Amino acid sequence: MSEGLTWTVYDADTMTQAEIYGEVLCHLGDKYPNIVGLSADLANSTKIGKFGKKFPDRFFNVGIAEQNLFGVAAGLAKSGLIPFISSMAVFTSMRAAEQVRTDICYQKLNCKIIATHAGTSFGQAGTTHHCTEDLAIMRSFANMTVIVPADGIETANAIRECVEYPGPVYMRIGRGFEPKFYDNEDYGFKIGKGIEVHSGTDITIICCGVTVLQAVEAAKMLKEQDGLSVRVINMHTIKPLDEEIVKRAVLDTRRIVTIEDHNIIGGLGSAVAEVIAASGKGCAFTKVGIPDCFCEVGYPEDLCNYYKLDADGIMDKVREVMGKDFEEDEDWEDEV
Amino acid sequence: MPITDQEIQKLKETACSLRKDIIDITGWAGGAHIGGAMSMVEILAILYYKYLNIDSSRPNWEDRDRVILSKGHGGVGYAAFLASKGYFDKELLKEFNHFKSPFGMHLDGNKVPGVDVSTGSLGHGLPIAVGLSLGARLQKKNWKTYCILGDGECNEGSIWEAAMAASHFKLTNMITFVDRNKLMIDGPTEEVMGLEPFSDKWKAFGWIVKEAQGHDFKSLSEAIEFAQNETKAPVVIIANTIKGKGIDFMENQVKWHYGGLNSDLIEKAKQSVDRM
Repeated sequence: MSEGLTWTVYDADTMTQAEIYGEVLCHLGDKYPNIVGLSADLANSTKIGKFGKKFPDRFFNVGIAEQNLFGVAAGLAKSGLIPFISSMAVFTSMRAAEQVRTDICYQKLNCKIIATHAGTSFGQAGTTHHCTEDLAIMRSFANMTVIVPADGIETANAIRECVEYPGPVYMRIGRGFEPKFYDNEDYGFKIGKGIEVHSGTDITIICCGVTVLQAVEAAKMLKEQDGLSVRVINMHTIKPLDEEIVKRAVLDTRRIVTIEDHNIIGGLGSAVAEVIAASGKGCAFTKVGIPDCFCEVGYPEDLCNYYKLDADGIMDKVREVMGKDFEEDEDWEDEV
Repeated sequence: MPITDQEIQKLKETACSLRKDIIDITGWAGGAHIGGAMSMVEILAILYYKYLNIDSSRPNWEDRDRVILSKGHGGVGYAAFLASKGYFDKELLKEFNHFKSPFGMHLDGNKVPGVDVSTGSLGHGLPIAVGLSLGARLQKKNWKTYCILGDGECNEGSIWEAAMAASHFKLTNMITFVDRNKLMIDGPTEEVMGLEPFSDKWKAFGWIVKEAQGHDFKSLSEAIEFAQNETKAPVVIIANTIKGKGIDFMENQVKWHYGGLNSDLIEKAKQSVDRM
């Protein structure tokens, strides 16, 4: 069992999203001599090792010691460098959360944390390697920017943009087997700006990461099967959240479903809910994600199906919200 | 350059004056970590008044030596030294701990000039020192990083993660002190969580250990100059100190880890410092 897992983790050829990250970072390394890389014995799995092979003097493997990983990164940033730090999301966000918060966020350091194997993307490895809490944790750290790219292409865009984006960034990507969503990089990616990837007027799906492709598939099928007009927003930046695009969805469609490979508490769904609540407008709303439990074990596609994060599951959830009764009346006086 | 008798005399006067400043600030603050601030006075005095390559008129000067007070609760002592070096007006310290003051008891590098790294959470300083030292070496900079640890904080695993890394990366451009005052909040270090054989632990992690008398400028000077010239492995200076040093009613008293001073105690404390 463990042999199989190890073999799969190191199967470089198929780790597309992470591989793209490694490639892009190598290119950026040429352009920016002040980029340095760090990992904690996961250089190969996270693909930052590519950068390490190309720039051995600018890469530091600190061994299996995550607290030291982030402290060292903070020191490197303090010396004027731009550290890219990669490990698995579960260790990145939790094993040394206080170092990320105190050493990096509090001091507003230019550290770029690229966390791999996020969500249920390493589902077969079991709960110790799942990470469905990172968005909630990272988004609560002041000064932190939180990004969840939809695929490898968007990862490339986000990596490039975050080099010159000031301050700490947390970016979560999958294990690398995620299918492609975008065909090319020219679609106007900008940190903090959500993207409408499918237009619609009846209901809006707000999603991030691997669920974007599934949500668009669902939107197309819902049009065909139910005649529903479904808007899909790729909310690749969880913080700062594009509040305008959420408010527009509230006003235009009055029904919102959020989809994320994360606990339904604290992540994208919660961030969107905060905006909806503050808008003061009535809106039918459901969060889809991991329902506040430790996930089952399984391959990601099976888990996505089980937790309704794939196209079929999203269709079910959209239909459920379409059937929800809610008060469209702007005048709530008679309701309270 | 070896320390002269004249320099030692001057440093003693500086230490005496700074101890009184710390007493004043503790009074203004309504309470501070005065015990651990007193135990590291000689370490800070010899660094700030003899060895550090710094310029208080340019706190962000690129080629300055870096200082990390990993035992960040010693902020009351750190602030006194920074004010005395002219990083800011000592009068500002009357607001220490007060509403919206830039000076909390653990100093914030984004608010206080001269503070290179914000500390306060124990076990964080040494990893950051490793990063700074790696960064300096990579960029071919000659500045050094001086990191001051508390002994109690050496319970933290992150200290030993960093200790392993510093020797692995053969970092000789960082100099680490441990303010070995042998007391922590809940009692003597050896009762709460034993550190001994402390020197052997560092040696086992690949460090060169210099023991020093932490209140003796000659002893500290020898250790620092040894560390500055070492080229093979990182050096830790274990400075044997007395918590609350200079204030008779505080010395070696666990309860004076943190405390406040009324005008009566301020007077008594200063008199005690004068008798040193």
